[in-house]
Amino acid sequence: MGSGESKVVYMDNNATTRVAPEVVEAMMPYLTDYYGNPSSMHSFGGQVGEAVKKARLQVAQLLGCDTDEVTFTSCGTESDSTAILSALRAYPEKRHIITTRVEHPAIKNLCDNISHITGHKYRVTRLKVSNDGMIDMDEYAQALSDDTAIVSVMWANNETGVILPVSDMARMAKSRNILFHTDAVQAVGKIPINLAEEDIDYLSLAGHKLHAPKGVGVLYVRKGTAFVPFLSGGHQEDGRRGGTENVASIVALGRACELANEMMEDENTRVRALRDKLEQGLLTTIPKSMLNGNKHSRLPNTANISFEFVEGEAILLHMNRYNICASSGSACTSGSLEPSHVLRAMGVPFTAAHGSIRFSLSIYNTEEEVDFVLEKMPIIINELRKMSPFWEDD
Amino acid sequence: MWEYTDTVTEHFQNPRNVGEVKNASGTGDVGSLACGDALKLTLKIEDNVITDAKFKTFGCASAIASSSALTEMVKGMTVEEAEKITNEDIANFLGGLPKEKMHCSVMGREALEAAIADFRGLVLPMAEGEVICECFGVTDLEIKRAIQESNLRSVEEITNFTKAGGGCGKCEDKLRAQLSETLSEDLRMVPAVEKPKRMTALQKIKKIEEVLEREVRPGLKKDGGDIELIDVDGDFVTVSLRGSCTSCKNSQTTLKEYVERKLREHVLDTLIVEEEQ
Repeated sequence: MGSGESKVVYMDNNATTRVAPEVVEAMMPYLTDYYGNPSSMHSFGGQVGEAVKKARLQVAQLLGCDTDEVTFTSCGTESDSTAILSALRAYPEKRHIITTRVEHPAIKNLCDNISHITGHKYRVTRLKVSNDGMIDMDEYAQALSDDTAIVSVMWANNETGVILPVSDMARMAKSRNILFHTDAVQAVGKIPINLAEEDIDYLSLAGHKLHAPKGVGVLYVRKGTAFVPFLSGGHQEDGRRGGTENVASIVALGRACELANEMMEDENTRVRALRDKLEQGLLTTIPKSMLNGNKHSRLPNTANISFEFVEGEAILLHMNRYNICASSGSACTSGSLEPSHVLRAMGVPFTAAHGSIRFSLSIYNTEEEVDFVLEKMPIIINELRKMSPFWEDD
Repeated sequence: MWEYTDTVTEHFQNPRNVGEVKNASGTGDVGSLACGDALKLTLKIEDNVITDAKFKTFGCASAIASSSALTEMVKGMTVEEAEKITNEDIANFLGGLPKEKMHCSVMGREALEAAIADFRGLVLPMAEGEVICECFGVTDLEIKRAIQESNLRSVEEITNFTKAGGGCGKCEDKLRAQLSETLSEDLRMVPAVEKPKRMTALQKIKKIEEVLEREVRPGLKKDGGDIELIDVDGDFVTVSLRGSCTSCKNSQTTLKEYVERKLREHVLDTLIVEEEQ
């Protein structure tokens, strides 16, 4: 891939991140020398168990929870499914779920098919969002009922970076004795989280969004919260998730959490400043461009910008010629024929939704890269607009 | 990432004939902003020969490449030659398109037709007909034509070629019905396996038995024939004709026009009746 002339400018960190060199270093011995099974009786395997234990502590420290509240899984999707299905099985008499219209497919498709999956009839309330992607708390308060088995609301949206008021929402659920899950895959590592101060019962995270490899995740389950395993099997993870541990990746995730803790300030100062510079630059130099999502309640790394009258896939493929990596909410990039359900839920007009580009930065981005993108984007958008039947030159 | 051929990439990166022909002889305007792609094709036609063609396209890489390819293809052709260009021709010119992107080539063909009709001062019949897919404004005539021209065999293929059904998905049943209807014009054609219906397999079999007993057998028995249900697999109902039916030259017509119609009417409108081989 790539011309080899210019290096890759990677601004697609909400899709996945570079595995940090420190993380690779930490995990490598568990792919080579320390290949034992943590469940074994011999000390060769036992020392591997110690490494998993250390990783669990590193995760707990980033989340502000206890180690026995951390269960390792294979990905964010598994964590999400485990949490929702656990709550439904724990309270089989309750037949109502509350979620939002802007959830990741891991929650959206699960809830859309929940009756089919469980074999029981469920009522699903999908909370509306405003034009800037925020929740109507009155609608939420009214939706909570004695029949509600679980509320699942993402902490931060993957497409817009909008941060939802999960603390308040979890408190309101708790006061009604309703379980609360949050898909925090985009939030963990980017904004400070302290679960000790929250009323959240379940939280999902995925390693590859915070510089660990793909294929490892965590489900946090608050102490005392009802839990029914999703994968039955051996006694691994205290009986909460059968299956031999993905040791190297678990060690990697632990180290990544430790790094995220160290880099939290950098993420929220330097990275935020880079994002702001990129965003302001694009919005001022390119006419008919607009920001999608609430400007303030937002992850420090994400900017979702629409360029009217041009189509996202075409923009991305031109960016690709300059080795700039980003994502789009356009229909053509997803294989579906409609633009992103998130942007549609926010009421973003079609003229803009098809031309939306998500830039998501990380601690590895530099100001030079931002300047490079700011130099190339106006050229790309202008070229495409010149061939758009809807664009009229002034 | 989509797998585009080098030709698609080349036409996307260096599109030919971008713009509008001045004082165009014919203009074809198809698609819309809401649909996610749109094409404005302008032609200069002199002495019945297309001497110039330009395009403006809003859409993805394959939409831009299809438009560029189309303008290159038609230049120098007579109107009658250009009229024969199909969406497959456009796709082939580009060395093929991903199946989900075939609708981009269909858009090219539609714009060409519209431009030629405009040149002749005619109204296109495709714009008439009944709208089946509300999201993308696709009519039954357009869908029928796509099924026949491109040998489509499933709802998914219809969506890939016409976009119909790619939005809210509410028209899926209508599309399936249209597919069966169009295909039943040729009995040998077998549509792809459809999504399971809400009816359980057991309910379906019982219902089919019931309808055969009540609606079909009495009629056949009058002529000394009979019918036996052999198997039900999804929408496929295998039967065996007995008695005088076995020697009747009209048995295929009986099967389709009579048995299948009754079963569709009373059980499921997607059922396909076949005779045991």
